[in-house]
Amino acid sequence: MSSEDAPHFSSKDAVVCRGVGKTWAAGTRRAHNALTGIDLDVAPGEFVVFLGPSGCGKSTLLYLIAGLEDATEGKLWSFGDLVDMPSPERSLIFQETSLFPWLTVWENVSFGLSIRGASKEERRTVAAEALQRVGLKAAMDKRPDELSGGMRQRVAVARALAMRPKVLLMDEPFAALDVQTRARMQDFLLDVWRDSGASVLFVTHHIDEAVALADRVVVFTSRPGRIKTIVPIDMPRPRNLFSREAEDLRIRLTDLLRDEVDRAFAEQEALAATA
Amino acid sequence: MAVVTRDSDSSGTAGGASRPPAASRLLASMAGLDWLARIWWTCLSISLFAGLWELCWAMGWADEKLLPPPHIFLDNIGEQGRYFNTATRWQVGQSMAEGPSAFESVLITGAATTARVFVGLIIASVLAIGVGVLIRYYRFFDRLVLPTITLLSPVSPIAWLPVAIFLFGIGNAPAIFMVVVALFFHMVLATINQIDTVNTNLINVARTMGASKAQIYTRVIVPAILPGMLQVLRMNLFGAWMVVLVAESTGVGYGMGQVIMLARNTFNPSLVFFTIAVIGVLGFTFDWLLRLAQRRILYWLPDTVERLRVL
Ligand SMILES: Nc1ncnc2c1ncn2[C@@H]1O[C@H](COP(=O)(O)OP(=O)(O)O)[C@@H](O)[C@H]1O
Ligand SMILES: [Mg+2]
Repeated sequence: MSSEDAPHFSSKDAVVCRGVGKTWAAGTRRAHNALTGIDLDVAPGEFVVFLGPSGCGKSTLLYLIAGLEDATEGKLWSFGDLVDMPSPERSLIFQETSLFPWLTVWENVSFGLSIRGASKEERRTVAAEALQRVGLKAAMDKRPDELSGGMRQRVAVARALAMRPKVLLMDEPFAALDVQTRARMQDFLLDVWRDSGASVLFVTHHIDEAVALADRVVVFTSRPGRIKTIVPIDMPRPRNLFSREAEDLRIRLTDLLRDEVDRAFAEQEALAATA
Repeated sequence: MAVVTRDSDSSGTAGGASRPPAASRLLASMAGLDWLARIWWTCLSISLFAGLWELCWAMGWADEKLLPPPHIFLDNIGEQGRYFNTATRWQVGQSMAEGPSAFESVLITGAATTARVFVGLIIASVLAIGVGVLIRYYRFFDRLVLPTITLLSPVSPIAWLPVAIFLFGIGNAPAIFMVVVALFFHMVLATINQIDTVNTNLINVARTMGASKAQIYTRVIVPAILPGMLQVLRMNLFGAWMVVLVAESTGVGYGMGQVIMLARNTFNPSLVFFTIAVIGVLGFTFDWLLRLAQRRILYWLPDTVERLRVL
């Protein structure tokens, strides 16, 4: 037991997954295996993108790393500690806005501090600082419904940063934004990532987004999700997304994904036929 | 006032997108005077109804002894109002002429009934939200209590009337009890339903920030279900008004229900319709106040009516 628990890898790694899998509704008739056999090491300060067809378990893996759900196979560690519950060190940012609509922007950003019982002055100071970093200090006293979609996601990033996380988990955070806003948000995220020093695990199904952001792209197979390949990208930043190198990468990733999407489609059709 | 600006904003954009036809331009220009327009439509709606009734009377289709039209039952307010003075009428040695004036009597009676509805609503909401939250918070409480609540919720409040009288006799208590019973079970089930539909992302955000279960309930779930609960409260408001009349008619010192019973026993259709009119106005006002409160408290909610209006 103890020999199995002891991490046989560097305890400095931001995230370590060993044989991780998840079966939803395990033990019931609706049980289905979303994810299986994931081995992954993420270095501190690394930017990793999860790429895969929808339904392949990318969000599920993020939930497991966040500690919001328990893995049904394997184990996860973060900086040497076994992941068995959520921690402020691993902040999660969702696709749709998850700001509390009844709180102002600064109250949203300092929500985590209020949980710990921090004073109002302290909360306001921290919120102001975090909002400064996302360029929204002026919107402190606004309410979420007064902001645009892009601004709301920046507030969500500020809220995560206010907790000084070591790992930022982002589940298709820009998927609901228009193309121009998304490009700006990617630049913004790279800035934030650089000066926070946190590792980022970023889920997307956009190949362009993966090429623009990642140090490494983890490509998933369709259900049950496994790691198909890991594609390192060593283009220097800021990246020229129209370069020959970027184009080659896009082609390679497209090829890798196409097989999986085809397989996912065939599977869905087979399911529809039996139903 | 936030309400008015929001309304005028959205009608402004709806009309301003392209060149609007004359009719909608007129409507848009009226949006600034939104509350005035609303009063105007309310008056028009009521006048239309009263007018049809008057027409029936004028044509001789409606017997004024059985279905007296508004101008008759509203005509002798002084006369009708006197019947509302049920409290003093029952006191020994007091004649009908003594005690508060007719107008005061109507006010006192109306206020008494309104107060019962109000107190009943408050008690029912606090209890129901409390029990609903406890049911979701503690598994064992859920298993222990929910079956009984589900079992009792389809029972008509009328069936509780004898219980109200056995338990509380005569007075305010049975009427309030009836209101509470009529609302409580539905509101518990509504609370549970609201809790189950809270956006899981909000809960997960709180969890990653280290919130305890109690904090998740107080800081996330309760504020998140509040809008839905106020909606539920508004929908149950009229139910409360109906039930309170039944309770009052069976033996509370005074109240609108009592006046209706009096009108029935003395065969006084004019008084019936007058009382109905008073109840209507009271219920309408109550609903309006609740709607106002809803907009004030739940400032973050969008206005759905506006979205439908552009269709
Ligand atoms: N909370 C849940 N309960 C049950 N099944 C779930 C849950 N979340 C996701 N799933 C299932 O797990 C599979 C993977 O989902 P997900 O991780 O959301 O995929 P992705 O994010 O890659 O699109 C899907 O089949 C989905 O239906
Ligand atoms: Mg997903």
